Amino acid sequence: MRHPSVIRVASVLAVLVAWELYGRALNPVFLSYPVAIAGALVELIGTGELLTATVQTLRSLVAGFGIALLVGVGTGFLMGRYRLISLTLDPFVTALYNTPSVALIPLIQLWFGLGVTAKVIIVGLSAFFPIVINTYAGVHNTSQGLVDVVRAYGATDRQISTKVVLPNSVPFIMAGVRLAVGRAVIGVVTAEFFTAITGLGGLVIVFSNAFATAKLFVPVLTLVALGLTLTSLAKWAERRLTPWKESERAATR
Amino acid sequence: MTGTPALDVRDLRKIFFQPSPRGPAGLLVLDGVSFAVQEGEFVSALGPSGCGKTTLARIIVGLEDVAAGSVFVDGRPAGPPGPDRCLVFQNYALLPWRTVLGNVELAMEIQGIPRAERRERARRYIELVGLTGFEKRYPHQLSGGMQQRTGLARALAAEPRMLIMDEPFGAVDAQMRTLLQDELLRICDRMTVTVLFVTHSIDEAVYLSDRILVFSARPGRPVAEVAVDLPKPRGGGARSSHRFIEIRKAVSDILAERTSYYRSDHEASGGIHHD
Repeated sequence: MRHPSVIRVASVLAVLVAWELYGRALNPVFLSYPVAIAGALVELIGTGELLTATVQTLRSLVAGFGIALLVGVGTGFLMGRYRLISLTLDPFVTALYNTPSVALIPLIQLWFGLGVTAKVIIVGLSAFFPIVINTYAGVHNTSQGLVDVVRAYGATDRQISTKVVLPNSVPFIMAGVRLAVGRAVIGVVTAEFFTAITGLGGLVIVFSNAFATAKLFVPVLTLVALGLTLTSLAKWAERRLTPWKESERAATR
Repeated sequence: MTGTPALDVRDLRKIFFQPSPRGPAGLLVLDGVSFAVQEGEFVSALGPSGCGKTTLARIIVGLEDVAAGSVFVDGRPAGPPGPDRCLVFQNYALLPWRTVLGNVELAMEIQGIPRAERRERARRYIELVGLTGFEKRYPHQLSGGMQQRTGLARALAAEPRMLIMDEPFGAVDAQMRTLLQDELLRICDRMTVTVLFVTHSIDEAVYLSDRILVFSARPGRPVAEVAVDLPKPRGGGARSSHRFIEIRKAVSDILAERTSYYRSDHEASGGIHHD
């Protein structure tokens, strides 16, 4: 068996070549082909359209995700620590987690209009629930035995939280973050489709309305790259923040 | 060994309430527990499984409340848990996200000791338990014996008035157990520590202790006291000495007699038993 990455590269190349050959035989409106898409990519970089759109998308994404992370970890932590809060919020969290956020977009438009605020809220809603639920699970999962250790040394409630409960929850929170990143990317594209047409999602709509299929692939592929980058960033952060899990990860790899 | 005892336990009673079809039922686990430990003394609480030894350790440290009785440290009522009495846990209870160094610093962090002093003290106690070179390892990278050395260093580094050890060597293999016992004795010789050592192993109690309190089965209470007059420092040879075997036999006889008597079912619900 050759090196696995050789096979991966060969597989991608084979598909690209097949696509190129087949695509050229078709009407370019239907599929287009890799060389034409590369040309469109160069063109859109040249005009600055791609950069502007990417920055717009990233802005909504980062703002929405940042808010979801802060509020999500905070809410999940309180739900895990205080039974009253978890009982109060649990029905809503469960219901909203199972609501596709696309279904709420018309309502969000009604309340917040079509601008950046609406987009940030849609991204935030998409990313919020995996983070809340995982943080809650992490806090809830804290072993009483470990809490007893710090209690035995005279820890205050605050010290119990910072020295045991939070570190114990970090792997859970990071698993939620990884899920949330994927959902946030879907959220931002959906928001750009259905509220004011901007960003990479906006470009997809604009080019598809113009039947500019080669150009249409450019924002799509940019979104793929964005999703991959953000997911690896989340994995990297997870590894940095949970070094004690390294050998477990190695074992399951 | 006179004056105010380092640890003075008076008339402790502990009842666990458990749900049952007829409402909460009380299970009396400790009743009338009184004893004292002098400063620098090594005392074992020896008893069968389920006699409430672990509960006793948790009460002394302040992790459990009591139905009656009190605990005095240096003549003062023991307050909430604090660095004056440190527990070494049965299952090590190391924080998995902290390295050996981080775990040893834990108690000192809670006490608010400045970072530089913490570091220095932690390294000193890591050396004392023979873990130098392993400071950056995480608990899961260590053997059971090394994990418990870390647990011991963590408790010692808080420089408590006394150590409460709850079957600390119960989960390691027999060879490692012997080794850890020798290390504990060596550490106790080097620094003056008062130890209450909870165990169900007769050999362990005889080998380590100055004095053994033999506990009855549930409800647990000290029913006999055996002074161990083996010479110190004790090495591996002490384990096969004539005197060791004599004392072990005496303790074992007491245990057999007293605990079989007490083992007649005391698990009734609700009631508190006197005999």
